[in-house]
Order: sequence, then C-alpha cells, then structure tokens
Amino acid sequence: MAKNFSKDWHWSQDVHRLFKKIKIKQVAYVPDNGLAKLIDLCIANSSIRSVVLTSEEEGVAQMAGAWLGGQRGVLLTQSGGVGNCINMLSMMQECRIPLLAIVSMRGEWGETFPWQVPMGQSTIPALEAAKVIVHQIDIAEGVTETVSAAAKLAFDSNRAVAVVVSQRITQSGVRG
Amino acid sequence: MENKSKTGFMLERRAVVHRILRDRGEAAVVTGIGNAVHDVASAGDNEKNMYLAGVMGGAVMVAFGIALGQLERRVLVITGDGELLAGIGSLAIIGVEKPKNLSIIVIDNEAYGATGNQQTHTGRGVDLVGIAKASGISNASLITNPLELEKGIPSFFQDPGPYFSVVKVGTKSSPRINAPKDGTYVSRRFRAAMTGKNF
Amino acid sequence: MVQTIRDNWSSEVFYVLKEAKVKQIAYVPDAGHTNLIKKAVSDNEVRAIALTSEQEGVALLAGAWLGGEGGALLMQSSGVGNVINMLGMANECRFPLLMLITMRGEWAEFNPWQVPMGQATENVLSAIGVIVHRANDTSKISETVKAAANLAFEAGRMVAVLIGQRAVGVKDWSK
Repeated sequence: MAKNFSKDWHWSQDVHRLFKKIKIKQVAYVPDNGLAKLIDLCIANSSIRSVVLTSEEEGVAQMAGAWLGGQRGVLLTQSGGVGNCINMLSMMQECRIPLLAIVSMRGEWGETFPWQVPMGQSTIPALEAAKVIVHQIDIAEGVTETVSAAAKLAFDSNRAVAVVVSQRITQSGVRG
Repeated sequence: MENKSKTGFMLERRAVVHRILRDRGEAAVVTGIGNAVHDVASAGDNEKNMYLAGVMGGAVMVAFGIALGQLERRVLVITGDGELLAGIGSLAIIGVEKPKNLSIIVIDNEAYGATGNQQTHTGRGVDLVGIAKASGISNASLITNPLELEKGIPSFFQDPGPYFSVVKVGTKSSPRINAPKDGTYVSRRFRAAMTGKNF
Repeated sequence: MVQTIRDNWSSEVFYVLKEAKVKQIAYVPDAGHTNLIKKAVSDNEVRAIALTSEQEGVALLAGAWLGGEGGALLMQSSGVGNVINMLGMANECRFPLLMLITMRGEWAEFNPWQVPMGQATENVLSAIGVIVHRANDTSKISETVKAAANLAFEAGRMVAVLIGQRAVGVKDWSK
C-alpha cells in the first residue's frame, strides 16, 4: 500500500486498493460528497458491483444478502443515512451477519449547514444502540488502516462495524 | 456504467420553477432538498414556503399533513426525483387518501444535484409517472417541453387533486442562493402564515 | 393462538388525544394498537392515515403542525428504527411531536427478531433528542399520554410514550 503522501494522494485510492485486496465484490451507496472519490473508483472498477440505492436501509439489507450469498460488501453512507438504517440493522444483530460500513460525517466539524447537526450528533449513539461497533478516524493518513482493521472485525469475527470518517478529513459542508 | 447524468431535455429547472410559482396565489409550497430549495427561494422568499432543506424522503408527507389542516388552500410540493424516490412509499398513501388540495411536482434532472450530478434511477428507466398512476394517482402527467408546461400549469393549481407531474429538465444546476436555512425560523414563519399562530 | 392482549387503556387514551385536539393519527398497523387504531378510523373528527413505513408519519405530523393541526403517531418499537433520520428534521425545526409506541422484545418476547430493536428503542430515541416517558402499568397509560401531549403541544417538544410489553399483553402461540 502506498505510503507516499504526495499532493495527488487521496485516501480513497488506498481504500479502493484495500477493497480489491480483501475481495470486496459489492458496494452499495447513496451519492455523497465526502465519499465521492471512493465511490467513483469503485464504479470504475469492473470487478466490483456498485449499486446506487434510493435509501440507505436498502444497502444494509443488500449487505446481509451479499454475505448470505458468499460475497463481501461495503456500505458507503453519509451520517444522515445512518438514521434510516437502525431498524434494518436489527437483522445484523439477530442473525450475527457481518457488516462493513464507511460513514462520512456531517454536523460534526466546522459544519455550516444547521440541518445536518441533529443527525450528525446522533450518528454514533444511534449506531452503538443498534450494536454496531464504531471506529472513528479523523486523520486522512489513518483511514485505510482503520478500514482494514474494521474489515477483519467484520468478516473474520462476524460483527457489524462502522468506520466513521470525520468531517475534518472530508471537509464536506465546511465552506466559508 | 454511465454515472454522470447528461439529459438533453430543453426545459431549464429554475425557469420552470419560477414560471410555476408566478401563478401560486395563496398556495403553500413545500420543497425537497438541494436544488429545489434554491429554485423556489430564488423566485422570492415567501413565508408560505417550507424549505425542507435537510432530509430526504419526507416532502410529500409533510405537504399532506399541511393539506389536511388547510383544506381551503392548495399545497404544492416542488421536489427532485432523488428525494421522491427516497420516500416512494408516500405515493401509495396519497393514492389511497386522495387529498384534493395537494399537487406534487417533480423537477426531474435524472441526477443527484447536491452530490456531483450522479445519475438517479429515473435516468436509467424508472418511470415516476407510471409509479404515481399505479399508486392510484390518476391525474399524473409527464411534461418535457414549454408548450406542455403552459398547458399543465392551470392543473397544478385548479384540478381537484391529488395531482402529480414530472417535469424533465436539463442537468444544468442553477446558482445556489442564500435560501433561509434556519429550520426553526422557517417553520414558525410558515405556521404563522397558515394559522396566525406560531406555536 | 390466543391473544390475551389486555386493552382497557385504548378508550381512555383516545379520549386524551381528542381532548388534546389531535386531528391526525398516523399508524402502521400493530397488534398492540389494534383498538386505538379502530377508534381513530371510525371517528369522524379524526383523520386516521395508514402508512407504508413509520418515517412517513414523522413527516406527516410535521406537516400537520405546520398546517395548524395536532397529531399523534402510533407504532411498534421495531418502527422506531425507521424514523431516526426523519426525527433529525423534527429536531432541527423544533416540531412538536407525540409518539405512542408499543414495546416488543422486552417481556416474554417469543420472536427473537424483535429483541434488538426493542432493546435499542429508548437509546436511539434519546440520541436524536426525543423525551421518553415509560408506561409499564395499564393504569398509568392514559395519564402518561396526557402528560406527554402537554409536553409536546404546550412545550413544543418531541415526546414518546413507550407502552411496556407487559402492559400490552402477551401473545400465547401455544393455545
């Protein structure tokens, strides 16, 4: 994995390489600025089936299906989308089905749009209440290592795990 | 897979929304997230606008709740295809409940404007007019050109509802303006305009 | 299966709702709320709306308040997991909101799938800023709903009354 943090480097490149290495075959997402580069890389990769959702809970269900069918998947969502997922996450808990999710935060760091704040502040408590293990990361150089650790916990230890990527990294919504 | 949307439709979203709102009279307007907020606010901020600036999938149901309490007033939803799809079950409710004073206008650019113009499902074959009709909303139409828009606008405001229309527009996003983003202020102002009370 | 759902509380609760000028009652059909839903559906002064998914009810009741009417959302604890993002909107705009929630997954639950969401309900609601009242005793349900309605409509808050599974009654599949 590249450790060269040149000015063209973006963490999404390394995470995408990791996805290929650990054989992620399905990526489900609702379009999101914070994760846009990662989404684009996955879409361009013909060995990954990228599926755009109408609402995030569809992706939780798809990830359960991915595992049941023998494949690994990742759910990419913004923090607001987490609020749509709590009921569907019961399935992961009840059936001990792995889940790997990457959540880009809003309403947390330098947010300029007030509507994002309630859900942003509730994201981690809501995930934890749904028994999802949360790994937070707020430096770009640490994202891939965190996703790698989360993937092991998810797929080798059969758990629901969310990597919560700080707004400090994505700078999404931090205009002005 | 083609990801970025490029529709060749001739109508332009901001002009469409401004033209619709010219005839609004006393109608209340509920907007979906993103472009819809700016399109409506740029026609002139109005206390009878409820800008649902922050969440996907709720615009039709918010409008329905308003419509039930404001039977003498037309309530208009102006939203995008992505926002509607995130709450698509609401069309089933409207089809069953048939509120006479509710009109739903979907400005469909076949893209998620706020996150980089990725293609939505309507750009890949999903027919929202068909879904509306199959949900029981019989007065549902597709508008793709200025003539159809002019013919359709009286229906938005006068036909017994529920009324549903998809207006296909090009992907050119219009400039963001400073639409009011304080949800508490906007909702208090709106309710006062509806009822004379703000609490 | 014999349903020994105890329901000596729905009439009182319905009366409380009408006294609080509730005009719109949104619901996803639920065994525990069967009688309350029936009353709402058959009452001429109240509009009862069946939802396809619970978050529609949060949006609907926001609209009800914006248009000048009071409302209540009836659901089961599993539905709470569907509403958290929409509650962010109610939080952001300070919309008053009254939710009556029948609990599963906490007392004599026979369906394991109900347990995760039942156990998470109170925490997720609090996380998004909803004030939670509990009523575990049938004799206390209507007074709790009345207090919650006051808090919602007079003090402008989001409030949920969790009606305990022990109070709602136990489904016995063996009979």
